[in-house]
Amino acid sequence: MQDNYILRIKDLSIDFQTTAGIVHAIRGVDIDLERGETMAIVGESGSGKSVTAKAIMGILSNNATVRSGVVEFHMDNETSETVVDLLKMDKKEIRQNINGKQIAMVFQDPMTSLNPLMTIGKQIMEGVLWHYDYTKEAAYNRALELLELVGITDAKKRMKSYPHQLSGGMRQRVVIAIALACNPNLLICDEPTTALDVTIQAKILELIKDIQEKTGISVIYITHDLGVVAKVADKVNVMYAGKIVEKGNIDEIFYEPKHPYTWALLSAMPDLNTNDERLYALPGTPPNLLQEIKGDAFAPRNEYALKIDKRLEPPMFKVSDTHFAATWLLHPKAPKIAMPEALQNKIQRMREGA
Amino acid sequence: MAQYITKRVVMAIVTIFIILLMLFIMLRFMPGSPFNDEKLNDTQIEQLNEKYGLNKPIQVQFFNYVINVMKGDFGVSYSISKDSDISVMLNTRVKVSFRIGGQAVLLGAIIGLLLGIAAALNHNTFADTLCTVISVLGVSLPSYVFGLALAYFVGFKAGWLPLLYDEKQTFLSSVMPTIALCMFTVATVARFTRSEMLEVLGSEYMLLAESKGIYGPKLIYRHALRNALIPILTVLAPLVVDLMIGSLVIEKIFAIPGIGSLMVTAIQSNDYNVTIAIAFIYSAMYIFLMLIVDILYGIIDPRIRLSNKE
Ligand SMILES: Nc1ncnc2c1ncn2[C@@H]1O[C@H](COP(=O)(O)OP(=O)(O)OP(=O)(O)O)[C@@H](O)[C@H]1O
Ligand SMILES: [Mg+2]
Repeated sequence: MQDNYILRIKDLSIDFQTTAGIVHAIRGVDIDLERGETMAIVGESGSGKSVTAKAIMGILSNNATVRSGVVEFHMDNETSETVVDLLKMDKKEIRQNINGKQIAMVFQDPMTSLNPLMTIGKQIMEGVLWHYDYTKEAAYNRALELLELVGITDAKKRMKSYPHQLSGGMRQRVVIAIALACNPNLLICDEPTTALDVTIQAKILELIKDIQEKTGISVIYITHDLGVVAKVADKVNVMYAGKIVEKGNIDEIFYEPKHPYTWALLSAMPDLNTNDERLYALPGTPPNLLQEIKGDAFAPRNEYALKIDKRLEPPMFKVSDTHFAATWLLHPKAPKIAMPEALQNKIQRMREGA
Repeated sequence: MAQYITKRVVMAIVTIFIILLMLFIMLRFMPGSPFNDEKLNDTQIEQLNEKYGLNKPIQVQFFNYVINVMKGDFGVSYSISKDSDISVMLNTRVKVSFRIGGQAVLLGAIIGLLLGIAAALNHNTFADTLCTVISVLGVSLPSYVFGLALAYFVGFKAGWLPLLYDEKQTFLSSVMPTIALCMFTVATVARFTRSEMLEVLGSEYMLLAESKGIYGPKLIYRHALRNALIPILTVLAPLVVDLMIGSLVIEKIFAIPGIGSLMVTAIQSNDYNVTIAIAFIYSAMYIFLMLIVDILYGIIDPRIRLSNKE
């Protein structure tokens, strides 16, 4: 079988040097992404989603050290495919060959991710002028085309606008246009709608889906909101304390979740189909990543934790060919514990609603 | 933009008038008179007041003064160099002082910027530490310490540069005072540039620029420096004030025939007209600089340039 991967992250570990000590932000992450797929990474704040994305883009801050791992990227040059390890490339190499051209990124806050001193037009044109020998005119036309693609009307006039003259939703469209400028094969969206209000969120989500369908681009979609995941993703990686704890197809994660952390996330998801439920809130806080974690990182907050969770970190157990979860509950000798009943009912309602 | 500039220019002119008025009033109510001389009797003083128009109502005196200043005429000196025209007295002195001051501002700003940028780009390395040390030294040591040290080691011991100001070697004579004067500017600009650059380098739009694939000098200049420059400009004008104050002493140390040393003499001898004239030149220059800074803001920052449209 010809493999169709575009990105394979294996055993990625990243530390940060801080004045308080070493933060073990990423602790052995494995992620596989196939061409044309939309994959979500979900997790609470601080779980390491952005750090993972930055590692792929080669834009980690200076105090970061990659302790282990490879980030294999399958470069597609029309005739042949070469596999490179992004972690082995130096900054200049990655800027010249990868950033913008192969992988592009959309950031969380459109209010701060555009240069306030440059016109929208210049910022969109910058990429193609930098990477390719486009004439000014060709770059201008490309930028107009992109603005139309991301649904900005009045594109000619907008080219001359500065970021402060645009609304948040418009700015995020511009950021998406910038990301798409050089026809990348992979688009990383790091919480692209978190800073926007709900109606605009839906529109931006639709736009990303639309672009994905039109261009066949692969997308990594980072969010802490499972509701958003349901709308965009084919596959889901659930991240907790610098590790992927469960991964699977969207149906597997939503309808047959195995990890108690995924249960908790699903339970905490607002449910529009019912009004008799109070919103579940996940107790406790994520572990302190300054300390070495013993056993399962989620154990202290997990009401279903087993004794072994305190001692030994669970490996990934296979549920199906596409579905994996790192919890001792899946061990053949583990007691049979089912997900909470309220969640079962919720899933039942979701299935019926879908 | 035109509207923005017009507004700034009008504000600058108004400020200059207010300053002129304040200087005038302050000096009129200061104790002492240029004719505080026991050898003069009352009628003689009366005559002198008459001659210089000092017995007219105060508003008339001010009005005449403003008219004259606009003509470039600051009146005559009362006591330092009796009856000689102040504009003539100041002419060469202003050039000498402005040259040294201008050199110091330029040199200080350029070195400070480069130092600050180098420190920020090499955050937490030797270059960064060096920048911090220079900043602390430059800010905490007054400029005359540098002046005296230079005068002693470079001027006196080594004899490389003229120890005292020499009319025949104006450039060489200006080197040591310029260096002594610019240290504070270097230090302050470096410190500011460093922190502003660090902040900008950590911003999301820098990450976006990098994720487009931009790197090297273009990344630094186009995306980082221009953004960092806006707050840096803000410190430049107040720095010039420190520089002017520094020049009062530095001009004395190197015997520079500038307006700083003249100002000290004028204050000591109650020579109103000279004091007002020099204070006015200082203020006018400061206001002019603020105006330039404001206009630069407008040029760099579209948020300011476009703020009174739409
Ligand atoms: N530059 C840095 N220096 C030190 N620690 C860092 C740095 N960047 C990230 N971290 C730490 O790494 C961990 C993961 O951060 P990350 O930004 O990836 O979280 P996240 O999952 O994206 O959360 P959010 O939803 O809030 O964006 C956090 O504990 C954070 O404190
Ligand atoms: Mg994040």
